[in-house]
Amino acid sequence: MLYREAGQFKTNYVADQAIFPIRQDRIGMAIVLLFAWVIIPAFGSDYFLEIIMINFLFFSLAAIGLNILTGYTGLISLGTGGFMAVGAVASYKLAVIFPDLSIILVFLISGLIAAAVGIVFGLPSLRIKGFYLAVATLAAQFFLDWLFLRVDWFTNSSTAIEGVPKTVFGYLVTGPNAEPFAKYYVALAFVSVFALLAKNLVRSAIGRAWMAIRDMDIAAEIIGIRPLPTKLLAFAISAFYSGVAGSLMLFLFYDSAEPDLFDINLSFKVLFMVIIGGLGSIAGSFMGAAFIVMIPIILTNAPDLLGLPISSDLAKHLEFMIFGALIVFFLIVEPNGLARLWQIAKEKLRLWPFPY
Amino acid sequence: MTAATLERPVPPVQSEGPAPAARRNFSEELLKVEDISLSFGGVKALSNISFDIRKHEIRAIIGPNGAGKSSMLNVINGFYHPQEGTITYKGNARHQMRPHEAAKTGIARTFQNIALFKGMSTLDNIMTGRLLRMRRNFLWQALYWGPALKEELEHREKVEAIIDFLEIQAIRKTPVGRLPYGLQKRVELGRALAMEPELLLLDEPMAGMNVEEKEDMCRFILDVNDEFGTTIALIEHDMGVVMDISDRVVVLDYGRLLADGTPSEVRANKQVIDAYLGVSHD
Ligand SMILES: Nc1ncnc2c1ncn2[C@@H]1O[C@H](COP(=O)(O)OP(=O)(O)OP(=O)(O)O)[C@@H](O)[C@H]1O
Ligand SMILES: [Mg+2]
Repeated sequence: MLYREAGQFKTNYVADQAIFPIRQDRIGMAIVLLFAWVIIPAFGSDYFLEIIMINFLFFSLAAIGLNILTGYTGLISLGTGGFMAVGAVASYKLAVIFPDLSIILVFLISGLIAAAVGIVFGLPSLRIKGFYLAVATLAAQFFLDWLFLRVDWFTNSSTAIEGVPKTVFGYLVTGPNAEPFAKYYVALAFVSVFALLAKNLVRSAIGRAWMAIRDMDIAAEIIGIRPLPTKLLAFAISAFYSGVAGSLMLFLFYDSAEPDLFDINLSFKVLFMVIIGGLGSIAGSFMGAAFIVMIPIILTNAPDLLGLPISSDLAKHLEFMIFGALIVFFLIVEPNGLARLWQIAKEKLRLWPFPY
Repeated sequence: MTAATLERPVPPVQSEGPAPAARRNFSEELLKVEDISLSFGGVKALSNISFDIRKHEIRAIIGPNGAGKSSMLNVINGFYHPQEGTITYKGNARHQMRPHEAAKTGIARTFQNIALFKGMSTLDNIMTGRLLRMRRNFLWQALYWGPALKEELEHREKVEAIIDFLEIQAIRKTPVGRLPYGLQKRVELGRALAMEPELLLLDEPMAGMNVEEKEDMCRFILDVNDEFGTTIALIEHDMGVVMDISDRVVVLDYGRLLADGTPSEVRANKQVIDAYLGVSHD
C-alpha cells in the first residue's frame, strides 16, 4: 500500500489530534504490536527473547527517559546510569524488605524513588546548562556509584544485588528460574504502557513547555512558563523512566548484578542511543536502542556466518569504532538521528513517484 | 470631542499629505511608567522616562537606533529590571515586573529578532501561547484522555481561529525554523495573540518586510485592536506606518524622552525633526 496522506481529509480536530493521524502509520503500529505481543513470543527462541528482546526493551525505556530530558527539554545528562542504579537497588531492597509487595508495585515505587533523586540532582539546572550541567549530572553519577558501592546497607552487605523471584497471577516472572517468555511479557507490558504515556506527554502542554525551554528559554518565560518546575518535572519523569529501566534490567535480564554495572559507561550507552535514534523522538528512542543492542550481536555472529572468523577482541574494537563514527556522523550530519532519516524516507515516499 | 471618530483609514503605507488628527480618545490608563532609569554598567539605556499607555489605544514608540526602545519594552514585561522608577500596571504600582507575572497579568510581546521555538511547528508554537490557560496536570496529560483531551481540543480550536485570522493555514504543520522571515513574524504575533493579552508589545513587527507584507501586518494590528480591544504598544521605524496606525507616539533619543503626543504633534515637534526625522532611518 502506498504511503499517502492524500484523500485522508480530517473533518475535525479530534482526528487530527490522534496519536497517529495517518492511516498507514496506524497500520504499521498495529503490525509492530502484533509482532511484539504475539509473533515474537510464539516463535522466538529463548536466546532471542532474553539476549535480544528484553535487552532491547529495558534500554528503550531508559532511552525514552533520557530523550525526555535531553531531546525534548534540551538538558544534557550523563547521570542515566546512576538513576538506573537507584531503580535497581530500590527494587532489590523493596522486594527483600516487603516480600508480599507485588513486583509491579516494586518497579513503580522504585521509579518514584529514582524520580525523587532525579529532582535533587536536577536542581542545578535552573542556573547552569550545556556543558556545565553535563558535568553536574556526571557528579551525580559518580556520587551514586560510590554510594551503592560503599554503603553496605544498599546491597545487604553482599557484593551483588539480586533479582528476587516474584510471581504475577501465580506465575513466576523474575529471578533465574523464570521462563524467558514470562520475563519478556513483563518487560513488554511496561515498555508498551510507558512509551504510550511518554508519547502523550510530549504532544501535550507539558511537552510543548519542555520544547519551548529547549528552543528558547527566554521566550518561554515571556509566555509564562516557569523554568524551574518545568525542568524539574523533566528530570523527575526522566529519572522515573531510568529507574524503572534499571529495575527491569536487574530483575528481568541480569538476575544478579554488582552495582558498578550501572557506571558511567551505561550512561554513555543510553546517551548514544538517544543521539543515534534521534533527539526529541519517542520512536527514535526505540530505533537507537535496537541499533546499539544489535551491533555487538551482529559483530560477534556475522563474521562466523560469513566464514570470516575475527577474534572477540577485534569485534570489541570494531564495535567502538563503529559507535564512534556513527556518533560523529549523526552529531554533524543528522542531529535528529535515525528517526529523522525514517521521516525523510516517508516524506519521499509520500511524493513518490512524482518528486515535485 | 466630536471630531474624534472610530473609523480608521486602511493604512496606505508611506502615505503623504496632511497629518491626520487624533482619531480617537482614550481616558482610562492601563500602564504608567514613571522616572524609569536603566543602565548597563556605564551605558545609560534609559534615563527618567515617564509616559502612560491607555486602554485600547495603539501607542507607538519611535526613535533612532540605540535610543532605548527595545529596552523600554523589556522593562515593561519584566525582562530588564530598572535601577529606578515605578511601573503602574492595572492600578498596581511596583518597582519592577517579572516576565512570568507579566504574562499572567495579560502582557504579551514579540521580539525584534524573532524569538520563536525553532524546532516546533507553527501550530505548536501558537499552542504554547495557551499554556497559562491549560489547567490539567501532567498525569492527565499522560493519559491524553477525557478532560485532558477535551481541554487540548478547546485550545486547539482557539488556536485555529488565530491561524485563520492570520491566514497561515498552509504552514500549520511546518517547523517554524524553515519559514521565511515575514511568516515567522506572523507566527510570533500569533503566539502572542494566543495569550489573549490585554497589552500587546510589538518590537518592530514590520522590520525587513516588503510593502505588501507591511500592509498585511498593519491590517492585523488594526483588526486586533478593533475586534478584541487589545491595547498595543509598538516600536516601528517606518514613519508612514506610525503616522497611520498609532493614536499617540512616544519619541526616545539616547535614552531620553524627547516628545510625547499625537502623531501630528510629534511630527511637528522641532526637536523630533532634528533628532529623528531629519536623519535617515532604516
Ligand atoms: N542587555 C544589554 N546589555 C548591555 N547593553 C544593552 C543591553 N540591551 C540594550 N543595551 C544598550 O542599551 C541601548 C539601547 O538599546 P535598545 O536595544 O533598547 O535600543 P533600540 O532603540 O531598540 O534600538 P534599535 O532601533 O537598534 O533596535 C544601546 O546602547 C544598547 O547597546
Ligand atoms: Mg530595538
